[in-house]
Parts: sequence; structure tokens; C-alpha cells
Amino acid sequence: MGRVALVTGVSGAFATLVARRLADESDVDKVVGVDTVLPAGDITGVKFVRADIRTPVIGKVMAVEDVDTVVHLDLSPSMRGRAVGKELNVIGTMQVLAACQRSSVVGKLVLGSSSAVYGTSPRDPAMFRESTAARGGVRTGFPKDVVEVEAYARGFARRRPDVLITTLRSAQLLDPVIASPMSQYFRNPVLPAALGFDPRLQLVHVEDLVAVMAEAVRRDRPGTFNVAGDGVMLLSQAARRLGRPILPLPPFGFATGARRVVRAAGSDLSPDLHRILMYGRAMDTSALREVFGYDPTYSTEQVFEQFRAALRPGVLAMMGGRR
Amino acid sequence: MTEDPRKNIGARGSGNRARSATPSTAARSLAGGTAARKAPVKAKKPAPDAEAVSGATAAKQATPKSAGAKSATPKAKPKATSTGPKAVGATGSASASPKKPRAAAHAATPQEKIGEASTAGRSRPRLRAVTDDDAARAAAAAAEEAARRTRAAGSTPTPAGIPIDEIFTAVAQAAQRVIGSNWEARLAELLSVVRRRLGGDYTVDEFGFDPQITEVLVGAVEPLAEKWFRLEVRGVENIPTDGGALLVANHSGTVPIDGIMTGYAVKKYTGRDLRPLGADLVFALPFVSQMARKLGATLACTEDAERLLTTGELAGVWPEGFKGIGKPFAERYKLQRFGRGGFVSSAMRAQVPIVPVSIVGAEEIYPLIGNVPAVARFLGLPYLPVTPFFPLLGPLGLIPLPSKWIIEFGEPIRTDAYEPEAADDPMLLFNVTDQVRETIQQTLYALLVDRGSAFF
Repeated sequence: MGRVALVTGVSGAFATLVARRLADESDVDKVVGVDTVLPAGDITGVKFVRADIRTPVIGKVMAVEDVDTVVHLDLSPSMRGRAVGKELNVIGTMQVLAACQRSSVVGKLVLGSSSAVYGTSPRDPAMFRESTAARGGVRTGFPKDVVEVEAYARGFARRRPDVLITTLRSAQLLDPVIASPMSQYFRNPVLPAALGFDPRLQLVHVEDLVAVMAEAVRRDRPGTFNVAGDGVMLLSQAARRLGRPILPLPPFGFATGARRVVRAAGSDLSPDLHRILMYGRAMDTSALREVFGYDPTYSTEQVFEQFRAALRPGVLAMMGGRR
Repeated sequence: MTEDPRKNIGARGSGNRARSATPSTAARSLAGGTAARKAPVKAKKPAPDAEAVSGATAAKQATPKSAGAKSATPKAKPKATSTGPKAVGATGSASASPKKPRAAAHAATPQEKIGEASTAGRSRPRLRAVTDDDAARAAAAAAEEAARRTRAAGSTPTPAGIPIDEIFTAVAQAAQRVIGSNWEARLAELLSVVRRRLGGDYTVDEFGFDPQITEVLVGAVEPLAEKWFRLEVRGVENIPTDGGALLVANHSGTVPIDGIMTGYAVKKYTGRDLRPLGADLVFALPFVSQMARKLGATLACTEDAERLLTTGELAGVWPEGFKGIGKPFAERYKLQRFGRGGFVSSAMRAQVPIVPVSIVGAEEIYPLIGNVPAVARFLGLPYLPVTPFFPLLGPLGLIPLPSKWIIEFGEPIRTDAYEPEAADDPMLLFNVTDQVRETIQQTLYALLVDRGSAFF
């Protein structure tokens, strides 16, 4: 039986990898990639359709291509301001879900969600389970978007119980090649951090994330799963490993201060990252292992080591005695 | 002690009042111990300079000698001097009595007495109030000199002059003790550890627990616990040597030092790491939050408690929370409500025993006599403490008072007799909560009686 998968936001570096991986799958006949801009990466075997998911055009694309599996990856914290981000994340998801509801062929939806749905606050448990509700830090920005997107997905699940929905909440992606909020942050020569806070960071390897996405398409795994590498790292520990000095900033007004510093260095700080840099966030992945049936191959430390090895050592690198 | 026949002999009314207001006396009367015995020993004449400098150790060391001396000279009582500084707690019958023999042997010259005192073991002869003020001062100065020499060089009294060779020997021995014989290997090891720390080459668990830092802190806390608080630990055998357990303790002392002390005791006597469960405020405060996580603490919520207990960790919880730690000094050792009993349900779900822990001594370290609710609210804190010394003496007021501590680990209360589903039966939870609370309260009373004076 041939299957047709639709990947939204395919121009994103990570979504491109997922689309390529799906194209290599034997039981997937055709992969359709949708985005507003041309993908920079290699999309061999992927049919690219230039369409805006914020418009009803997406419904037409799905009807024309007979799409039965939708992989929605067009969720990201926007660097271009809050309004644009919300437009893309929330309105785009609504359009995609509306199109799925209309289509009689769609039988599976894989939602590439984020750990941001748990928010970040000092009242958080050490490890979030899939059933844990957010306790704070989801009232603005990207976390709010993700919460709304997941709420729409649940609404869709009620209206179309025949569609299998897999929601994958991924931890922070860190990869030397793929741009992500974390990699952007760690590339700064000086790392701004909140004075008196040392958050726990949890990372996920891109290979693991792509494999889980492909697995969710290949097999039927309805439900919500956290995807993250084993273990956690402290921010101070990560900075020492990189050999980059931490610049302590007062916790009050940390978001603005950190952004100023990073911009002065010619880079930018992803919005909402400052919360993680204060309180951290970590997830429990036992459901991924036991229910979903996937063991992450890279631990948080290994993910970080790979990233560090690809980076120029920082100014303090000689102090720690690492190569 | 309301009607004291000897009141008019020496002690002024003010002295008496000051004593009745002191924490030590109040605590003693709560314990029902030595206060009554002590009352007749009344002050004749104040000698504050002499008594103020004699610290806790001096009074303690004087004790064995005084017992014998007291029986030898029973009629010296009216001469014994004890005054203002007794607020510090030096009023015990033990500390008052070394003065008695000297009162009897009043005719002897001060110099002779000094020699005798230092041979007998470092008791301070200058506690003696001589009728002549000048003589007393001279005696005090000489005694100070003698005591210093004794402390520096060992127990044998030495003739006049600075014993340089003995001081040198002592320093060398101390260095030997600290550094050890194979200092090169140890230095290399230390350097490699520092190097690894600086390189970030260490691991923390998923709660952010950093065993290396914890080890350093345990070492740093040791003098505070052993010398300052003179911590006594009982019932160590009740802490399971392996597997999960939930330690439930009373909470007091304005600043949660009792948590640190419990962790220290557990580490010292069992070698295990106590994982404290803290309030969310702990994780919202800068510096505190980062330290708490590194020391193994995590948020007091059911998710984290069950995660710790099911993985076989030793979790510690102080269910009174801010109600207990921030209660006024007048309500010391009265247990507050034990939260909502969530700790019992966590222990039942994880099928681990509950170990009741009773901590005596923490109440006196910072006696909370006032609160500034407006400022506390502004700062987002549950209370802003006012202690007898805190805002008054500035940072000096942050030094905890040297109360005597006893931590008793009680007999474990087993929860594996219940089904894990019993955790959903609120009545059962309340019953077990009450049982734990009562156990701790009764143990507290018993320990208070055992301890006697709060500071000496």
C-alpha cells in the first residue's frame, strides 16, 4: 500500500531531514514538502510545493496529492517578532487541521511539538511527564503558541477519532549544522546567564528526533511522547566544557539584558530562551522507551560533546584541560 | 523562682528579670529540668568581665572538677557569683561551682590559685570574684596568659616566656594532620579534580545533584555541627542502609539549617545522600536555587517525591513548611499542621518506610521574635524575621546562636503493609500523618528533657 506524506515547513533544516528520511522509507510512496520559501538543503525525492499553510491553499494541496499522512513541523519560535510567530504557529496549525478534518483520506497526523508546552517556572517538577500540566511560563510567546497548538490538535482528535495523532514533544535541539535557539546561544563568545541561577538543560540529537518522526509515520503510535536525550547538564557545566565565559546578568530584567549583550556580539537570542536559562527544563522519556518503543541513542552529554567538537574552543578552553 | 529568699543578698531585680526573659531559661523550664535546682545559687556581686569571656568550652571543661569541689566546700554558696552574662547560659550549677573552692580558700594568693587551676585542667580561676577589684583584675590577666599558654602548648603548665619550640611542634603536627604524609599524591589528586571541575568534566543526575560539591559542603559544615551546635545523633540504625525511605522531620529555626544538619548527620553516619524536598520559593531565589539543586534538593511535589523514592533514594521532607520554620519563638517545639499529608501518599505509592526525625536545637539558633509582613510581602518572602540580633547587629546577627542539638531518627513506620491504592484513601492518610506527627512531638518532649539547658 502506497502512502503519501505531507511535511509542512519543509524549508527548515530539521524538516528537510525528516522529509528526506521519509522519502527513503520503502512504504512511503511520495513525500510532499510544503513551505513558502525554497529549501536550502537537499530534498531529493521530495516533491516541493510552494504554498502558505496560513491559507486554505494547503487543503487543495492535500486533496490534489491524496495525502494520507500529515507531518506538521512548522512550529518554531519566530525571530521576526511575536505577531509573525503566532501567525505561523497558531493560524498555520488551524489551517492544516481544518484541511485534515475536511480530507477523508488523512489517517495519521504527526505533530512536531516542543517541550515549551510545559513552560518554565520554579514550581516545576524536576522531570516533566506527558501528563504533567504546565505550572507557569506559558502565558506569552512560543510556549503559549505550543499550548494552543496542542489544544487545537486535541480538538481535532475529538472531531476525527479515526485519525491517529502522535504528538512528539522534543527537547532543545543542538546540532553544529542545524540552526536552533540553543546552538545560536552557545555560539556566542560570551554566554549571558542569570546571576544566581544554574539551570538544567536537556538536549536531543537530531538523528534521534528524525528517527522518532520516521518511526511515528511508519508505525501506529498514537499518543503524546517526550523526546529527549538521557540526563541533564547544567548551564555552568556546558559553558566550562565549551571554554566560554559566562556573563552573569541580574535576574531582574535578564531577558532584555541578555538580548542586548548577544546582539552587541552580532548574534541574536531566541525569544523565550531566557526562561530556560533561568529555571531550566527537563522531561521524563520513559513513555518513549516503554510505549513508543524507541531508545534515544545519544545522551544529553553526547549531544553536547558532538556540538562542542565541531566548534572552535572558547577563550577559557585551556583552563579545563580538554583538548 | 518567683520568691527567692536570697534575692536581697546580691542580685538586683533587674538581673533576675533578665534571666527569666532569656531563651535558655525558658527552654529549661519547658524541659522541666535544671532551672529549679539552679535558682538558689544566687549572685552576690557582679563580675561581668570575667564571666563574659568564658565561652561555652571553658564552662564545659570546668564541669568535672566542680563536681568534686562543690562537695568539699558546701558552705561557699552565698559567695558564688553569677550575673548578667548568665543570659548566655553560664548559670548552670556546674559552671557556677568552680568559684566555690576559691571562695573558701579566700586567703590564698591569686598566683597560687592560677597554678592549681591550670593543672587541674584549664578551668578559669578568674571567674572568681575577689573582694578587691584590683586583685581580681590582676588575677584575670594572669589567668588569661596561663590559659593561652596551656591551649597552645598542651595540657602541662609551662613557666613564664613564650614556648616557641612547642608552638612550632604544634603547628607542624597540625600541618601533618591536615596534609598527611603523602602530600604530593594528594596535591596531584586535588589539582586534577580542580582541573576536571573547571573543564566541566563531571556529571549531575537528572535533579541537578552534584555529589562532589555536596562532599565539600559536608566537610565545611562539620565544624559548625560538631563544635558549634555539638550535634548529637541518635537512632542512626533506623535509617535504612539501602532502598528508598522518606525522612519526615520537624522544621524550625527561621533559616532551614536543620535541613543541612539532617543531611550532614545522614551522610556522616550512613554514608548516604539525603535528598531534601524543598518549597518552590527555594527554587525561585537566586543562589539558593542553584545551591539547592546541586546539593540534591528538589521540589516538594508528588512527582519528584515518588521519582526519588521509587529509585531507592533517601528523601527528606519537612511537612510543616513555612508555618514551622517561621513560627515565633514563643511557640517553639509545638508542631504545626503537617501539610496536607502528601508525603504519606508518596511513601505509600512507593511502598517505602517513613522515618520520623525529631530535631531539637534548631529552634534556638535564630529566636524569631518579630516579623515585618509589609517588607516580606514586598520581597515576595513568607516572612521577614526579626531576631534579638538580626537587624540590630547587621550581618553579625546572622551568626546562629550556639544551641545544643539532638537529632533522633525514630523507628520507621512501614507503609508496605498497605496497598499502593491505599494512597487514595484520605482518612488513612490523615491517620498516618497524625501518627507521624505525634511520634515526633512526643520524641521532641523527651529530647528536650534529656538535653536540659539549651545552650550548655
